[in-house]
Amino acid sequence: MKRIGIDVGGTNTDAVLIVDEKVVHSVKRPTTADVTSGILDALRALRAEPAAAVKVDAVVIGTTHFINAVVQRRHVQKIGAIRIGMPASASLPPFCDWPTDLASLVNGEIFMLEGGHDYDGRPFMPLDVAGLKDAARKIKDAGLRSVAVCSSFSPLDPSCETTAREILAEICPDVAVTLSHDLGRIGLLERENAALLNASLHDLAVTTVAAFRKAIADSGIDAPLFLTQNDGTVMQAEIATAFPVMSFASGATNSMRGAAHLSGLDDAMVVDVGGTTSDIGQLRHGFPREANAVVEVGGVRTLFRMPDLLSIGLGGGSHVDEDPVRVGPLSVGYRLTSDALVFGGARLTATDIAVAAGLIDIGDRSRVANLPKRLIEGAMRDAWRKLEEDIDRMKTEAGDVPLLAVGGGAFLVPDRLPGISEIVRVPHGDCANAVGAAIAQVSGEADQVFRDLSREDAIAAARDIAADRAVQAGAARDSLKTVDVEDMPIAYLPGNALRVRVRVAGAIADPDLPAAA
Amino acid sequence: MSKAELKTISLDEIEALAVGAWILGTGGGGSPYLGLLNLRRLYAEGIRVQLMSPLDLDDDDWIAVVSNMGAPLVGQERLADSRNIARAVRMQEEINNIKFRAVMSVEIGGGNGVQALMAAAHLGIPVVDADCMGRAFPEAQMTSVAIGGLRPYPCTLYDPRGIEAVVTKVPTWKWMERASRKICVEMGSIASTSKAPRTGREVKDWGIHFTTTKAIRIGRAVQEANRRHEDPIAALLATEGGKKLFTGKIVDVARRTTEGFLRGTAMVDGSDADRGTKLKLSFQNEWIVAWRDEEAIATSPDLICVLDSVNGHGIGTETIRYGQRVTVVALPAPPVLTSPRGLEFVGPRAFGYDLDFRSLFSPAAAGA
Repeated sequence: MKRIGIDVGGTNTDAVLIVDEKVVHSVKRPTTADVTSGILDALRALRAEPAAAVKVDAVVIGTTHFINAVVQRRHVQKIGAIRIGMPASASLPPFCDWPTDLASLVNGEIFMLEGGHDYDGRPFMPLDVAGLKDAARKIKDAGLRSVAVCSSFSPLDPSCETTAREILAEICPDVAVTLSHDLGRIGLLERENAALLNASLHDLAVTTVAAFRKAIADSGIDAPLFLTQNDGTVMQAEIATAFPVMSFASGATNSMRGAAHLSGLDDAMVVDVGGTTSDIGQLRHGFPREANAVVEVGGVRTLFRMPDLLSIGLGGGSHVDEDPVRVGPLSVGYRLTSDALVFGGARLTATDIAVAAGLIDIGDRSRVANLPKRLIEGAMRDAWRKLEEDIDRMKTEAGDVPLLAVGGGAFLVPDRLPGISEIVRVPHGDCANAVGAAIAQVSGEADQVFRDLSREDAIAAARDIAADRAVQAGAARDSLKTVDVEDMPIAYLPGNALRVRVRVAGAIADPDLPAAA
Repeated sequence: MSKAELKTISLDEIEALAVGAWILGTGGGGSPYLGLLNLRRLYAEGIRVQLMSPLDLDDDDWIAVVSNMGAPLVGQERLADSRNIARAVRMQEEINNIKFRAVMSVEIGGGNGVQALMAAAHLGIPVVDADCMGRAFPEAQMTSVAIGGLRPYPCTLYDPRGIEAVVTKVPTWKWMERASRKICVEMGSIASTSKAPRTGREVKDWGIHFTTTKAIRIGRAVQEANRRHEDPIAALLATEGGKKLFTGKIVDVARRTTEGFLRGTAMVDGSDADRGTKLKLSFQNEWIVAWRDEEAIATSPDLICVLDSVNGHGIGTETIRYGQRVTVVALPAPPVLTSPRGLEFVGPRAFGYDLDFRSLFSPAAAGA
């Protein structure tokens, strides 16, 4: 197995080549505004290493591009929102629980129509086809290019949403359509929010994935492109174009999975110290522990399954104040290599302190030679105290556990912390998220209605179908694990009907080995 | 009408009420979040809701008792709309030719903990600081007013498709449950209902008093502990005299929406002190029995609350899912529910379990 993993972050673009689970080479380059040239630059640097100039099976990209767009309110587009299920839920229209600044950027026009289903599969109201046609014409006239459709109980019966897509395709064929049942489960508001967010990222997804493709083509690499998604598995680039929200948490997931892979530890705390923030999470059986509650993205409530992370304002670029001595939360961010003292700038940063303390040797050491000892020690103590407190908050067990310290700013993590059995630092740890992308797993999903089967038999049948699909997609069968199971009875249909959704994921099979039976 | 002291409920208090009501919902009643969203929008329009003490009611006042009835799962797809519950109350006024002095929730637990406020916002009358359960229960006869033998009829039911129904007369609360449940199921297993109107005397005698302020107090304790990065569950247990039963991770959920209810079981795999053991939770809308190794360690009417181990918020039977880390706690039930007659209505046998009720709490704790 030969794969290139790329992490396109807000500050850096990292690339690694992994051959048979081992990192052959890794590089770090600045992210560029056009995305393409940063990736191209990283790929050229990677391939310049003779050992890394081999033919690869796949290129896997992990990116925080789409979640950052929502959080920073940049590059989101105006959309049409179609809610089907009136006259129920009328007092809580689409966008009703969004932050107003984001809603005003995204809300193009709202259409609330009759239709939808009941819990038992019966139609709630006859679908308002004339209203849908009218909405499609208005969307066309308004020049909206992306639409989200959400119908009541669509995870049980998606027919109102699929009919809406057909009507939209007829009247305004150039409009991109997101259907809520493709993205979420029971919970109309959260499922609708996921669809609205997805629709608002459509143009960005098209241009970003095209930029990814161009960079790979320009670098001369001939291999399929995958993107990583929230649960640490890969999706084909076409799927990512249609569903950018599925990549929301992939940066954090990749970093933790990469840390697990590099260290060989499956159960540990992880701290990823970047330029601006430190993300603290916990690995369980090689996967990030998931957030328990509703996950808010940019202030919007969703039901995405995301790693449970605590982000604190502490990184290599954090400002250091002298009176009182304090590190962060402000940071010089991507200007580190121009603004920090050791790089000739005028701003005292955590990196300068680490150079002065002899923890790392980068930039011009003489420029921090005269920093007072009191300041150096005080700043390190403040950074350590912050890490200690917040790592302890994220721990779920009383005993000592190992801590994996990764990311470009990992030098800020001390060699000993209370409640931590050992601090583990690994080679290539500064590119852990690119490593996580390269080793991302393959998944398979089944979602269908079963009749005349017990719940156990129906779930087992769905699991078999999902496993076959994962193997077809390139997974090793004996590595497959169930990651999600959901079942919903459809009382209205005869024969004890049950809609079952099962998702399995596993490691990539070695193409050189015969597939296990 | 005697003069009563009315207190305007602030939006902060409603936010706390939503947190506290969800915990008191013992898994059922639906998340108060959607009701809270309705109230945020109404408050943004300038509407305010007022709270009054049940002790300030006159004996001959009429009080509306409201409830959003049905399966919590359905409430996730047919979102609470404050106008529906107000319409159900108006129907009572029309058929009985009465005017309500105030409105109260049938149950403080779950989404119904804010239903009375939603109705009050449209009707322009105050909310009584009381309910008929002190928690949430799945069935219409599981109330203090039923235990008190008060008249069970009439009940109005409303569906926004323009369906209005009245159960005019029934001989018992159980019949009210059966007749109104059938209508509710036909409406899609959700209906906005206004139960039999109560007099001020009846609310003073049989209402469970000051439960709105109790829910606000619980919500505040959890919110403030979270703000201070302290353990919200410890704060809740300290405030309400509760007991921690189990800590772990959800490893299986079997759910069925049947006959207007959500039924099933959830399995919790122990962690920390409970490592190596499992807890099974049986539910009918609400958590009814907690089993450890086939032994019932807690049953209704003691409140079994499944909480998010991290933030201490309630987790509902319709939203609980594989992988969630939970802490299961018990809170004492109001004394009217644990009386011999009360247990006939809400004890384990009322849910079909052949078990005697053994409270985890001394009578003094329940009275607190």
